[in-house]
Amino acid sequence: MKITREQVEHVAKLARLELTEDEKALFTGQLDGILAYVDKLNELNTDGIVPTSHAVPMENAFREDVVAASIGIEKALANAPDRSESFFRVPKVIE
Amino acid sequence: MKYQVVIGLEVHVQLLTNTKIFCGCSTRFGAEPNSQTCPVCLGLPGALPVLNKKVVEYAIRAGLATSCSIAPRSIFARKNYFYPDLPKGYQISQYELPICVDGRLDIEVDGETKRIGITRIHMEEDAGKLVHLETMEAGEKSYVDLNRACTPLLEVVSEPDMRSADEAVAYLKKLHQIVTYLGICDGNMEEGSFRCDANVSLMPVGAEEFGTRAELKNINSFRFVKQAIEYEIERQAEILDEGGKVVQETRLFDPATGTTRSMRGKEEAHDYRYFPDPDLVPLVVSGDWIEEVRSSLPELPDAKRQRYQAELGLPEYDAEVLAASRDIADYFDACVALYPQAKPVSNWVMGEVLRALKEDNREFADCPVTPRLLAEMLKLVESGTISGKIAKTVFDEMYKTGKEPAKIVEEKGLVQVSDTGAIEKIIDEVLTANPDNVEQYRGGKEKLFGFFVGQVMKASKGKANPALVNEILLNKLKG
Repeated sequence: MKITREQVEHVAKLARLELTEDEKALFTGQLDGILAYVDKLNELNTDGIVPTSHAVPMENAFREDVVAASIGIEKALANAPDRSESFFRVPKVIE
Repeated sequence: MKYQVVIGLEVHVQLLTNTKIFCGCSTRFGAEPNSQTCPVCLGLPGALPVLNKKVVEYAIRAGLATSCSIAPRSIFARKNYFYPDLPKGYQISQYELPICVDGRLDIEVDGETKRIGITRIHMEEDAGKLVHLETMEAGEKSYVDLNRACTPLLEVVSEPDMRSADEAVAYLKKLHQIVTYLGICDGNMEEGSFRCDANVSLMPVGAEEFGTRAELKNINSFRFVKQAIEYEIERQAEILDEGGKVVQETRLFDPATGTTRSMRGKEEAHDYRYFPDPDLVPLVVSGDWIEEVRSSLPELPDAKRQRYQAELGLPEYDAEVLAASRDIADYFDACVALYPQAKPVSNWVMGEVLRALKEDNREFADCPVTPRLLAEMLKLVESGTISGKIAKTVFDEMYKTGKEPAKIVEEKGLVQVSDTGAIEKIIDEVLTANPDNVEQYRGGKEKLFGFFVGQVMKASKGKANPALVNEILLNKLKG
């Protein structure tokens, strides 16, 4: 097995996902299958090959430091589940 | 047991660009909440970031000024975590290939120079701001303002090379001085433009392996850095003395109590699962670009200090004060360019100019006495048109009105009296009016000389040429 149940629980927690026991078992198996499939790539000899960070052979896309119009408070908050004046309102964050 | 403290600092430097790092929204401070946002910095689906070229230029500046190597190729990475001030669910930062590596800063503590390594400098975006306003309705709510989200930052990571709170403060001050000199950061610590996290650990004196560290956050002044580190040294020493173990954790500094406290539950959040951001193509910096930036660097504080002493012949103290901030140095340089007598200029800048600005809480850029006006006034002193004493009156008047010094001298009739006859006349009057003192002086009480000078200057309303007064008075008193 490539993936343990504990790893699935850990990743789920980091992603703030609540999983049932059945789901944990299901995803552990599925993720394991996916990794086993991708593992085929390890059969290739990659000595001396620089890791690919990007699929597109391109570099240096810049913009100049010139202010463009923002979209405005109403549009910015249009999809907010909750707001107060011009703030997004969210459940209290405990520091 | 005796412990040695080991300190490394991570400093976030907010860059003085007009726009955010990946979108064209303004970075102006103090705007209405969420008014400076767009699909990119709100993290709306499908929006794509485009890198602000100025941010790269500023990062190169910072790297060159701290003797870093500039990476020919660097990439951006996603740092994944959930927090309400981070709309995308990840922060765009640099991880594996940062833009600057292997730099250093030389600091001075107790007259000794020490070299502090800089591991790396990387570019990243800031998060938004969580607000808890008392005026807002009570209850279990927080409020989010995303104006700050996507504001460009440099993170400057030092090696764990500092061995006392004083060294940490010296390093921080030096870095602050450099980024403000470079004009890439306003250096405002209260508004969070320059903020610092400190990694602090203890090990027994003589040991080689570092102890477990705590990361201190929320330190927004030089004084607090010292306080926070010193408190943390005490706290960890106590734990170790009792045979306990320091827990690796993030601790929040509380300025009200001068203590640090644990931010529980953040440990797991350290699993950031970095990976290259596919939305941003690799950054390639050519040698030409680096040289172009290098040639635009201003003279830095260390070089300035040395030049002031070696070329202008100023004492170490003067050089230190004048080079301390770019504002003062620029003012001084501008004045010396017009009136090339460094020491008198230095005396006036460190004296009257600094005093007046401080009383008024003004910046050098807003000083009503411009470098040109100060230079003009010093020329009047040099030519003997006014005395050094009267110069103070002229300065105050220039500061109040911004008028030309020559005009003030003319309007107020402040021209120095260097007419020997006129001065003799005043002296004769003073001597006649004080026969007893004259007799005592001639009887050997030479301390009274100052009294006579004072009387003469008073009678001339400060306008008599002091050198001439001294000379004539001395002759007349000889009898």
